[in-house]
Amino acid sequence: MTKIFKKLFAVALVTAPFFSEAADSLIKEATFIRPDAANAGLKLPAGFGALMYAENLGQARHIVVNKNGDVYIKLARLKNGKGIIKLRDKNADGRSDDTSGFADYGGTGIAIKNNYLYASSNTDVYRYKLNANNEVENEAKPEHIIGGLISRGQHNTKSITLDNSGNIYVNIGAFSNSCQEQDRQNGSKGKDPCPILDSAGGVWQFKADKLDQTYKDGVRYATGTRNVVGLDWNTEINELFVMQQGRDQLFQMWPQFYNQKQGAELPAEEMFLVKKGMNFGWPYCFYDHFQNKKILAPEYGGDGKKIGRCAEMQNPVVAFPGHMAPNGLLFYTGNMYPEKYKNGAFIAFHGSWNRSPEPQEGFYVAFVPMKEGKPAGKWEIFANGFSGVEKVENSRDVKYRPCGLAQGPDGSLYVTDDNKGNIWRIIYNSKK
Amino acid sequence: MKKVIITLTLSIVVVILLWAQPKKPLATQQKKSTTTQTKKSTAVQAKAPAGAQASIERGRQTYSQVCAACHQKDGGGVPRLNPPLIKTEYVLGDKTRLIGIILKGLNQPIEIDDEEYTNPMPPQSHLTDQQIADVLTFVRNNFGNKASAVTTAEVKAVRAKT
Ligand code: HEC
Repeated sequence: MTKIFKKLFAVALVTAPFFSEAADSLIKEATFIRPDAANAGLKLPAGFGALMYAENLGQARHIVVNKNGDVYIKLARLKNGKGIIKLRDKNADGRSDDTSGFADYGGTGIAIKNNYLYASSNTDVYRYKLNANNEVENEAKPEHIIGGLISRGQHNTKSITLDNSGNIYVNIGAFSNSCQEQDRQNGSKGKDPCPILDSAGGVWQFKADKLDQTYKDGVRYATGTRNVVGLDWNTEINELFVMQQGRDQLFQMWPQFYNQKQGAELPAEEMFLVKKGMNFGWPYCFYDHFQNKKILAPEYGGDGKKIGRCAEMQNPVVAFPGHMAPNGLLFYTGNMYPEKYKNGAFIAFHGSWNRSPEPQEGFYVAFVPMKEGKPAGKWEIFANGFSGVEKVENSRDVKYRPCGLAQGPDGSLYVTDDNKGNIWRIIYNSKK
Repeated sequence: MKKVIITLTLSIVVVILLWAQPKKPLATQQKKSTTTQTKKSTAVQAKAPAGAQASIERGRQTYSQVCAACHQKDGGGVPRLNPPLIKTEYVLGDKTRLIGIILKGLNQPIEIDDEEYTNPMPPQSHLTDQQIADVLTFVRNNFGNKASAVTTAEVKAVRAKT
C-alpha cells in the first residue's frame, strides 16, 4: 500500500505543473467559506450563515472592504496607538489572519473611493492613496481633506460617504438633544431659530480631492438632521440616503404631553433620501410613526398633535421605532445574496438606552427591500442575537452592539460591533 | 502553501482516476467557533448605615423617576454616553462636589475607567434638598457602593453657595 502511495506521489509531483492552472481556478471556486457553528451567535434568515471574521479589535466603528478583500476598520479610540485596523485573510478561510494598524486618531468614518481610503476623526477627514497592489502608500502621511469641524461632546462623530461625482458627504451631528436653552432640562424651551444649525445638525458636502477644506469650502447640503451616523450613497438612483437618530426623552422633559410609554416609543428613527437644500426638521419637528406625520416638538410649542411649520419639512422614506440608534447604512449591490436583497438597505441598529421602563430595543441589523430608492416591502430584522440576552433591561447587559456595515467583493456583508470589536461576516450559501 | 497542496491533491486525484480507482477528496474541515459567555455582574447591595434606611428607600423612588433613564436601573450607565454610578470617585468622594453635580449638572469631558462620556447631565436643582439628600444616600449605598449618608443640611449648605 505504502508503495502505491509513494508511486502516486511521485507521479503527482511530476505531473503537478500541468495541473497548476486548474488548481488556481479551483482555489477560487472551491474555497467557498463556511459559517461558524451556530452562526457565531447570530440568528439569520434561512440559507444565510455567519462567521466571526475578527475579534476584540476595540471600539470598531465603520468598516470598508477593498476590492482585493482587505478590510479597514475605524476605531473610536486608539488601541495600541492605532486608529485604523487593517485585516487580511491570507489563507482564504474567510477569516482574518493578519492584523495591522495605523493612524493616530480615533473616529468613526471610513470609505474607499477611486483608489483612496478616506477616514475621519471627530473634527477632520483624511485620505490615503492606495497603490496598484492595493496597499496604503503612506500610512503615516495622509492627505488632509477637511478640518475644523465642530466636535462638542454629543453626536460628535463624523460619518462619511462619497458620490460618483467627486464629492464627499459628512454628517455633522447636533451637539444637543433638541436645542433647548438648557440641554435635556425638564421644560426648557427651544432656541428659535436654533443657532446650532449654522455649523451642525446637517450633512455637509465637500470636494473629495481638495486639501485643507473648512466650513467655508463646503456646502450645507441638507439641514435639520440631528445625527445621521449611518449614511450611504445609493448607486441605483444616484442619491444620498441617511439614517437619523431621533431626539430623546419626550416623557422626562414634557410629561404634560407624553406618558412614559410614548416617550419610549417616540419619535421614529427615520431614513431620509437627501437632496440638496432639503430640511428634515430637527429640532423643530419630529416624525410620529403612529400618526404618520411630522409634528411640532414641545420645545417649540408642540402638544403632541400640532403640526405648524412641520408641514414644510421632509418626511422619511422609512420610519422605525424610537431610540434604536441606527449607526450603519448600506445599500446592497452584491451578487451573493438572493434577488430580494439587491439594492435594498441594511441598517445596523446600535440599540436604545432611553426606552425604560420598556425593555431596550435594537441591537440588530435590519433590512428594507428597496427598488429605485423606494421601499418595496416592510422592513424586517435580518441579523439578530448581538445583545446576547433575551431582554435588555440595562445598557451594560448588552454584549455586542452593531455599528458599521460593509460589503465584500464576493457580496458577503460585514458587521462591526463597537463594544468588544468583533466583526461578523454574513454569507449566503445556496449550496448548503 | 495552499496552492501546492491543492495542486498535488489534484494531480493525485487525476492519477488515481486514470488508474480507475476512484477515491473521494477529503471533506473540507469545518471551523469551530467559540462564543464567549456573558459574565453577568449583579449589583451587590451594600448594608446601609442604620439611620439612613428610610432615606435610602425614598431615594430609590427618586432615582428610578429621575436618574434611571440616563444612568440605567442598575447604575451601570450607557457606554460612551452616560457614565456609571458604580464606585466612581464622584459618587464615593467629596460630598460637596457630588451635591454640586446634582444642583448644577455636568458638561465637561470626564473620564471614568479610561472611558469618556459625551452626553451632558442637566442640573437637577428642581429637586428639594430632601430629595437630593435621599437620592445621593441611595446611590452611595447601592450598586455596590458604600459611603456615608448625605444630609439635607449638607445639600442646603451647597445650594446656598451656588
Ligand atoms: C439626562 C441624563 C441624566 C440624568 C437625568 C442624570 N444624569 Fe447624572 N450624568 C449624566 C451624564 C451624561 C454625566 C456625565 C457628564 C459629563 O461627562 O460631563 C453624569 C454624571 C453624573 C455623576 C458624576 C459621574 C459619575 O458617573 O460618577 C453623578 C454622580 C451623577 N451623574 C448622578 C446622577 C443622579 C444621582 C441623578 C438623578 C438625580 C442623575 N445623575 C441624573 C446624565 C444624567
